[in-house]
Amino acid sequence: MTSSDSPSPSLDWSTLRNSQPRFSGMESGHGACQGCGQALATRLVLEAAGPDVIVANATGCLEIFTTPWPQSAWTVPWIHSLFENAAAVAAGIEVALRAQGRTTKVLAFAGDGGTFDIGFQALSGMLERNHEVLFVCFDNEAYMNTGIQRSGSTPHGAWTNTSPAGKVRQGKRHFKKDLLAIIAAHGIPYAATASVAYPSDLRNKVRRALDVSGPSFLLLHSPCPLGWGHDSALTISVDRLAVETGLFPVLEMERGHVVTTMKIRNPRPVREYAEPQFRFRHLLQDTPEAREELEHLQALADANIERYGLLATEPGPRDTEGADTVRRGGSRWG
Amino acid sequence: MVEIRIHGRGGQGNVLAAYLLATAAFLEGQFSQAFPSFGAERRGAPITAFVRIDGSPILRRSQITSPRYLVLADDGILRIPETLAGLSPEGAILVNSPRSPEELRKRLEVEGMTVGPAVRIETIPATRLAMEVLGRPIPNAPLLSAFLSLTGTLSTESLGRAFAGRFSGDLLQKNMSLVASGASLVAQNLWKEPIHA
Amino acid sequence: MREALEGSQAIARAVALCRPQVVAAYPITPQTHIVEGLARLIADGLLAAELVSVESEFSAASVVLGAAAAGSRSYTASASQGILLMSEVLYNISGLRIPVVLTCANRAVSSPVSIWNDHQDSMAVRDSGWIQLHCADNQEAVDTTIQAFRISERTELPVMVCVDGFTLTHTLEPIDLPDAAQVDAFLPPFRFSRTLSSSAPLSQGTLVSPEFFTEMRFLQHEAFARAEKEILSADRDWAGFVGRDCGGLLRVEGDREASVAILAMGSVYGTLKDAHRSGLLGRPVRLLSLRAFRPFPAGAIREATQGLSDLIVLDRSLSPGSGGIVAHEIRSALYGMAKGPRVVNFAVGLGGRNVPGEIFREMLESLEKDPPSFSIFDLDPRKLPDPGLDAATEMPSSGPVLSPR
Repeated sequence: MTSSDSPSPSLDWSTLRNSQPRFSGMESGHGACQGCGQALATRLVLEAAGPDVIVANATGCLEIFTTPWPQSAWTVPWIHSLFENAAAVAAGIEVALRAQGRTTKVLAFAGDGGTFDIGFQALSGMLERNHEVLFVCFDNEAYMNTGIQRSGSTPHGAWTNTSPAGKVRQGKRHFKKDLLAIIAAHGIPYAATASVAYPSDLRNKVRRALDVSGPSFLLLHSPCPLGWGHDSALTISVDRLAVETGLFPVLEMERGHVVTTMKIRNPRPVREYAEPQFRFRHLLQDTPEAREELEHLQALADANIERYGLLATEPGPRDTEGADTVRRGGSRWG
Repeated sequence: MVEIRIHGRGGQGNVLAAYLLATAAFLEGQFSQAFPSFGAERRGAPITAFVRIDGSPILRRSQITSPRYLVLADDGILRIPETLAGLSPEGAILVNSPRSPEELRKRLEVEGMTVGPAVRIETIPATRLAMEVLGRPIPNAPLLSAFLSLTGTLSTESLGRAFAGRFSGDLLQKNMSLVASGASLVAQNLWKEPIHA
Repeated sequence: MREALEGSQAIARAVALCRPQVVAAYPITPQTHIVEGLARLIADGLLAAELVSVESEFSAASVVLGAAAAGSRSYTASASQGILLMSEVLYNISGLRIPVVLTCANRAVSSPVSIWNDHQDSMAVRDSGWIQLHCADNQEAVDTTIQAFRISERTELPVMVCVDGFTLTHTLEPIDLPDAAQVDAFLPPFRFSRTLSSSAPLSQGTLVSPEFFTEMRFLQHEAFARAEKEILSADRDWAGFVGRDCGGLLRVEGDREASVAILAMGSVYGTLKDAHRSGLLGRPVRLLSLRAFRPFPAGAIREATQGLSDLIVLDRSLSPGSGGIVAHEIRSALYGMAKGPRVVNFAVGLGGRNVPGEIFREMLESLEKDPPSFSIFDLDPRKLPDPGLDAATEMPSSGPVLSPR
């Protein structure tokens, strides 16, 4: 059966999908920006995780835009403590549930600041102690909640308010921290990356992560139209390019070893990814410094493709072209 | 109230010695208190521990600055001036040492440290005994039993019960035999004084 | 049952009697023996709890936060730098109104680094919204620990049981440990009204705008007024089981009719009481042992200081540039009181300096010499540096503000 086949003559696929109730762990009406990648990613994670979860949320945009007291967008039990302790709070919830014999799944949500930087110690400890927690990092590659400052996750060369592009500096001087390698070094049962541009892949990985016994980790690339400086309508296509360039490799790891990768059928040049984004605009100038930095960025993308063997030799259903041919379907309201 | 100060070095079990003494007192129906004054918990570093024994509840928690008794877990610790600080002029010192009390007095004179003429000194080779029985240089059992035998403060049976609360099996048996041999090496009740002095 | 126990072991046993489901901690002197004791009880099957040996105090506090929010009685212990590292979480636990009990094995705060006892650590978090109860001896530490769980769970405020590091935690003395039936009868099973549950989802720790923030803080503050009653009733009810109390908010002893009083917090009170009993004070003195530092029992203090001409307040911590911290609060409590006493504040025993019984008489005698409102009583001026040696040195200059290429 191909994707255009319908189960019955009177019902097409999209109608069927639209009529299916979907679990919504985070309701609409929250205060996220138009085109917020994190809001979309959160919705997808909870769709896949279902209602029997408890979420420990780090400080960040997600916490701010979902819970302006006395309102809350969450339909699942949710607790926000601090910026740097989501993993530890989740660990505490997990041991309590274990002590009580409850089987509810525990999720920790954090941005890249709360994962790569300030929350890293608690995350590492949680993974080392083997808590059965799914830690989800919504990676928008800078401190967006505080107004776009560079983080350990900010890509090389990217502009932020604390890594501005000027006469002597071309954006962030350092590389994006290779968090995945660090996570891999913990030898946890399951870790994966996913992009909001590939929602089916993302949801599958959430299910898989929740199926394993022990800690799991998801790094979800989540564009921030405000911080990246792209049109709000381009969230999906920009993030597709993040994957198709090789800058954000999409893969799964078990016990620290890469077991699947999303192959790239037609690698795109990083220039194409940079073009719609203000944060890379200075790299597109016709200066030797800009050209050099853009080459660096291209080299980093190429290195990812080589390191993880991302190049597809033939078409596949789960490559960058095939994966999103699975229809996303509609939402509850059609 | 009997106030005892134990001096030794990290790793010799001096804090445990204080706890054992206080536990023995408790088991005999006395009130007691034991606490260490750690430098930092490093092997070989000088360590002081304090023991108080009384017939009524002990309220004070200050360090013992004018002890009646000093128990020294090795004779090298005598070279540290603080060891002798505040010792009662009628006090007594029990030293774990293969040397004689006279020899130690002479050594102290050489070091320029004076002990009052009324201060009594006894020694027992507790480390040697411990090495023979335990195979480890932990002088507590013979040293404490010798102390109790000298002072008559508590019975060595109570000390044995205190050991039994912390050790079992072979190790307990070895400590019990050390308790017996330590007590036999000194003159019983030589330093005897009432607890309620 | 009476046993000769090290304070830390007694506290660990008391915690175990309260049947916590989650214990999380990070090692720091002088708290370590408590958690080691709990670890052994768990290893021996005498306590069915999850022990989470976290990677920092920050996570220790965060784990008990999460665990209690998920419906489990939870316990942690720390000291000194550990309390300071926790401080952000401590505020958070209180603001979330999550019941948790923490033992603070009181220790000085670096720098200079000191592993020894004073009250700087718990004082550093006095405004974090935790109930703070100080223990004068290890029996009080045991009884207060058990009471703390009930107080915390009834008020939905976290409780910090302050126990002097080394002076109490490492002191072996006879302690009466209650039996499990007594504790079970006193302390009902843990129940948290806002337990995280997927069958009744709640959002906690939300963003609160200026529109509501004041009211939230008011509720937190108001809870402390009610906490006074819970502290008193817990002490009274527990005394019904064991026949001894911890003094409620403030213990008043000694010579009730005396015109001079000395107020202490923590284990120094024992030495003070001993000095009084042994006649070392040289005159009639009323003795005050302040147990509750938060909530600060202003009413009880005013009552306990009636008829005094002088009140000596001992501080085991220091607010540099200001003075003793307890005395500040005492003065504030007594302000405007008709015929209130003169308050003379002495810091003593900072960083574990020995506080001998003789010092109290010296303090009393100094009252005749018009002492300053605050001084460090046991300061040894001979140990201060020679000012002549402190020659000024030129600081190297740094680069220009603008350095265009």
